[in-house]
Amino acid sequence: MRIRLFRLGVPAVAAVLLVSACGASTKSSSSTTTGAPSTTASTAGAMSGTLNVFAAASLTSAFNNAKTTLTAANPGLNLTYNFAGSNTLATQIQQSAPADVFASADPKNMQTLVTAGLVETPVTFARNKLRIAVAAGNPKKITGLADLAKPGVTVVLEAQGVPAGDYTRQVLASRKITVTPKSLETDVKSALAKVTSGEADATVVYQTDVAAGGSKIQGVTVPDADQPQITYPIAVVKATRNHAAAQAFVDSAVSGDVQKALIAAGFAPPQ
Amino acid sequence: MTLAAAIGLTLGNLDLDLELDVDGTAVVAVVGPNGAGKTTLLRALAGLLRIDRGRVAINGTVVEDPAARLRLPPEGRDVGVVFQEHRLFSHLSALENVAFGLRASGTPKAEARAKAMEWLEQVGLPDVARLRATQLSGGQAQRVALARALATEPAVLLLDEPLAAVDAAARAELRHLLRSELRRCPGARLIVTHDPIEAAALADRLVVLEDGQITQEGPLVEVTARPRSQWVASMVGLNLLCGVAENFRVRLPNGAVITVADECKGETFAAIRPNAVSLQRHRPDGSPRNVWPGEAGDLHVAGDRARIRVDGPVPLIAEVTPAAVAELRLAEGGCIWAAVKATDIETYPC
Amino acid sequence: MRNRLPAGLAPAVLAVGALAIVVLPLVGLVQRAPWSTLGRDLRAHDAFTALRLSVVTSLGALGVSVLFGVPLAWVLARRVFPGRALVRALVTLPMVLPPVVGGIALLYAFGRQGFAGRILYDVTGWRFVFNTSGAILAETFVAMPFLIVTAESAFRSMDRRAEEAAATLGARPAYRFRRVTLPAVAPALAAGGALTWARALGEFGATITFAGNFSGTTQTTPLLVYLDIESGNEATALALSLVLLAVSLVVLVGLRDRWIGKV
Repeated sequence: MRIRLFRLGVPAVAAVLLVSACGASTKSSSSTTTGAPSTTASTAGAMSGTLNVFAAASLTSAFNNAKTTLTAANPGLNLTYNFAGSNTLATQIQQSAPADVFASADPKNMQTLVTAGLVETPVTFARNKLRIAVAAGNPKKITGLADLAKPGVTVVLEAQGVPAGDYTRQVLASRKITVTPKSLETDVKSALAKVTSGEADATVVYQTDVAAGGSKIQGVTVPDADQPQITYPIAVVKATRNHAAAQAFVDSAVSGDVQKALIAAGFAPPQ
Repeated sequence: MTLAAAIGLTLGNLDLDLELDVDGTAVVAVVGPNGAGKTTLLRALAGLLRIDRGRVAINGTVVEDPAARLRLPPEGRDVGVVFQEHRLFSHLSALENVAFGLRASGTPKAEARAKAMEWLEQVGLPDVARLRATQLSGGQAQRVALARALATEPAVLLLDEPLAAVDAAARAELRHLLRSELRRCPGARLIVTHDPIEAAALADRLVVLEDGQITQEGPLVEVTARPRSQWVASMVGLNLLCGVAENFRVRLPNGAVITVADECKGETFAAIRPNAVSLQRHRPDGSPRNVWPGEAGDLHVAGDRARIRVDGPVPLIAEVTPAAVAELRLAEGGCIWAAVKATDIETYPC
Repeated sequence: MRNRLPAGLAPAVLAVGALAIVVLPLVGLVQRAPWSTLGRDLRAHDAFTALRLSVVTSLGALGVSVLFGVPLAWVLARRVFPGRALVRALVTLPMVLPPVVGGIALLYAFGRQGFAGRILYDVTGWRFVFNTSGAILAETFVAMPFLIVTAESAFRSMDRRAEEAAATLGARPAYRFRRVTLPAVAPALAAGGALTWARALGEFGATITFAGNFSGTTQTTPLLVYLDIESGNEATALALSLVLLAVSLVVLVGLRDRWIGKV
């Protein structure tokens, strides 16, 4: 009796595994069909279904604020974010991660996907500026980029390929300031964490990150003359299963609820 | 070289309570039944076990005294031990094993090795110097263990059933070696054994330990000739009876009476050699006044001798010839008469 | 006559499943590897630096683990004291803690503002974070438990009778430990040490969280692999992964018998 049950069990387990695997995909495909453009009375409520937005880490608080507004206006919308360094996200999309929208912190990472034919034509939706972040109270008395090269100042930057890091290195090179960072973090959030935890004295992030950094962070201005052109492109990922919502999100980022949230967080409009 | 010990120690069900003195003049064997505490005693003397009460002194120096909170660990005592299972260091060669104690006390390597080689020759194993302990036979390993213990020239040498784990073929040779080495060793020597042959071959004095107490001690010859406990009696193969004596008669607790040749009084032991017991199927006539009936019991035939138990008012073991076994049909059991001459009975006070 | 499956088929099928879970990813790695450009990829940006640093930090972590871990294992095995069970549990905790959590915990203890790190910094100016010593500390944190567990087990299960014999021969505790105990546990310690070293070599989460990421100082091989994959430098990442895989294979095959229990 026991042997018979066991022989039933093995194929049963296998069957369950198969069904659950299929189940996942059927679920998403079914939501796509229900997510087809529906004719409703409201014009702003055109977004529905599941939407995965891959966005650069520096967009975190702005996009999270936007989510509240968007889901309130679009009850049928299931919006999820994936925040990370733009290079990380670009690589993930190349590995066929399920993204519907890609919002990058620099054109370079977006271009990689354009060249690979993975995204539709990108549009610029925001601009940003670099800002030095130091611990509240500025104990090391940092007044500008030149102070980052002072001995006794522990600086961390972002790694190669992370837009904030690349921009910073570009600026430092043009000003001929040699900074030896103690670490190259994987994204702006990690870099800021090193400053708030007291391990590092300073890092260079976006002004929006400093604004979102709370009471533990203080900003030191980088003059406009030194600022690089920091433009944020956004694009619909071609492999999206919810094109309507994806396009709507992109439009909103350029001039809609999402754009409002970006301005409120300190981004400059795309112009 | 002296060892003076008064030991009080409780370990599980065993209560050890004794006084013991060993000097360099006699090899002492501690004998007794299993569980008597022989190994426990040895471990306590070596310092491998704490005593609860008492005092242990080696060459006049106190090495353990619980009351004075004094206790030297084994490495602080001038004691050498040969264990039952050789306990050689398996990652070292025989030579390195023998040299271990010398090196541990700071002897330079070359000197220690030279001395170790001498000891290996002494025990007849110069050729195994380079072999690992695992490559030696049981007998060889135990010889190396002996050399190892002797090499440190300890004031006290303790041996815990040194032949017990050695196979029969090698045992005789090893016993022979032990005998000569023990004679040569100047220290206080104490050997624990349950084997009477071993005790007889190696010891000058016997200490009988039963249930944690010493029940008898003295020169080997004396103890074996006049056992004072059943255990010793059976070890040496004597019949031992105990009763109350008056004039020439000893009355056993169950009422049976033994007639003896010596006048004695009070609590008395009566020892009878098994070959002094003669057996007959019918009640014998003639001189023996000690004649008792009994039931013929277990029979053991070994070569040209046979031993049989006779159960009855006077329980005895009798030794007879195989011919007698056949003639009396002892194997069939049944009623039998045992007779012993009074002059064959040794009596001594309890 | 009923048609019965041969006995042992079900377990065999499941066993193949287990094998597939473990082996297929490795096959994927080997299959995608840039064999033809391996040498060049390894000499490319920082790859060799990362490898060299990994060797240094993993051996350093092993050294620290042996220095502190073996005595602790000995105490746990041989001494009875109140709270021993708790100590034993604490010591094995890093084995089950997510490494990143370990990294954060290390920050709170040994970071510049950490309760212990602060004192260290104020008194000596020494800091672990952004320093190779931090990478070694992070690796030690996750790997030392392996050594302690193996060593304690070895100390417990070894035959104590040889130690007794050594004592009766006049060997004091330190001498006994050196010449009798250590040789007896040496094989088990070697196996435990190899496992410890391998764990240290592969550590990522605690290192990047606590020590930081900078080539030559704290960017060990796993960190570089991660960053390379993130930024699309697949070839170097794969090449480094192959090196780590090869090293791990050598260690495992060399010590297989010990772990399957031939000791």
